[in-house]
Amino acid sequence: MSSRIASIRLVSSHREVYEPCDDSFALVDALLADRTNLIEHNPKVCMEIGSGSGYVITSLILLLKNEVPGVHYLATDTNPIAVRVTKETLEAHGVDADVVCADIATGLDKRLAGSVDVIVVNPPYVPTPEYEVGMEGIASAWAGGENGRTVIDKILPVVDLLLSDKGWLYLVTLTSNFPEEICLMMRKKGYASRIVVQRSTEEENLLILKFWRDQDEVSHKEISSPTFLAHFSRSLSLLMEKRWR
Amino acid sequence: MRLIVHNMLSCNIRGVVNKFPLRIEPEKVIVKEVDFNPDFLKHMIAKIDWKALVDGARSMGYPELPDHPPTTLESDESFLRKFHHSLLELNLEEGSLVCPETGRKFSVNKGIPNMLLHEDEV
Ligand SMILES: C[S@@+](CC[C@H](N)C(=O)[O-])C[C@H]1O[C@@H](n2cnc3c(N)ncnc32)[C@H](O)[C@@H]1O
Repeated sequence: MSSRIASIRLVSSHREVYEPCDDSFALVDALLADRTNLIEHNPKVCMEIGSGSGYVITSLILLLKNEVPGVHYLATDTNPIAVRVTKETLEAHGVDADVVCADIATGLDKRLAGSVDVIVVNPPYVPTPEYEVGMEGIASAWAGGENGRTVIDKILPVVDLLLSDKGWLYLVTLTSNFPEEICLMMRKKGYASRIVVQRSTEEENLLILKFWRDQDEVSHKEISSPTFLAHFSRSLSLLMEKRWR
Repeated sequence: MRLIVHNMLSCNIRGVVNKFPLRIEPEKVIVKEVDFNPDFLKHMIAKIDWKALVDGARSMGYPELPDHPPTTLESDESFLRKFHHSLLELNLEEGSLVCPETGRKFSVNKGIPNMLLHEDEV
């Protein structure tokens, strides 16, 4: 059976809510590419931070629905209109998740800590002046501050708190967010990482990164930062070459 | 908002100590049917704060849960059905969640709790 994802036709919309775009599609493609692993992972709790239209969380649910029963799905967004639109999109597909209007995971972080097995995030990542971050309305969907990192850098510690021992994170980034630095930062917290999808569009060079807690990572700490960064750029250029061939 | 989420929500206002569980003030409660999955329930029960669930269900008009869960769940389908109904089928459509310490109200509209804090609360 081919796996289903959300259908654009059924995605609800509103002028103040981010519409599914290349980044959303790339993230869902990453989940599709990793679907077999996700099924084997057998998550009990999955969560999307910044669910916007609901396209991604709905796709994740549809992707796992028949294979992994009894999963608890959660979605948050700071935009009070977005959470409503997320709910509508879920309903239109006949699936359900618990939706909360929250800044990253406000109110959830205490009781949910250490319980989430999969987190997906397509954050506001566009480099912008700092004052645009978190403004009301649609700008907060993309405005990422300096290097597009302001919101990402706030999300990562929360993700680290929420993820279970076997937890995974899928994160959308641009090459201009210095993803190698993000991976290095996460490595210091004990996470291994890899690029699941690389995609260049006219405007941006998107990378979907996957992180997981790596038991061996402690012993790998000896790898120096420059060596790690060299590894990262090598695997990135390999990926990009492959696409052009 | 279902009670499974209520069971995970606490008040995040800076300095608040007694932040869980939030008291439910219902205006509109609806029931949405969900497939019965005993394995899921058995997995969840360990994570659930039982008293918060019992009180939450009661405040939403469902007083059927026992004060303590039975020690063996295997054979107790009638209990699991009640647990299932409380945790997953009762929905607070409209109402408020009230912080036990400060009395701060978080509104629930169209089934979605709004946990955003004001600037002076962060
Ligand atoms: C790039 S959009 C992605 C939307 C959707 N997930 C998708 O992939 O199409 C980023 C979303 O994150 C939300 N967001 C921004 N800052 C947030 C925060 N601090 N906490 C939760 N959500 C946030 C925005 O409102 C927006 O809906």
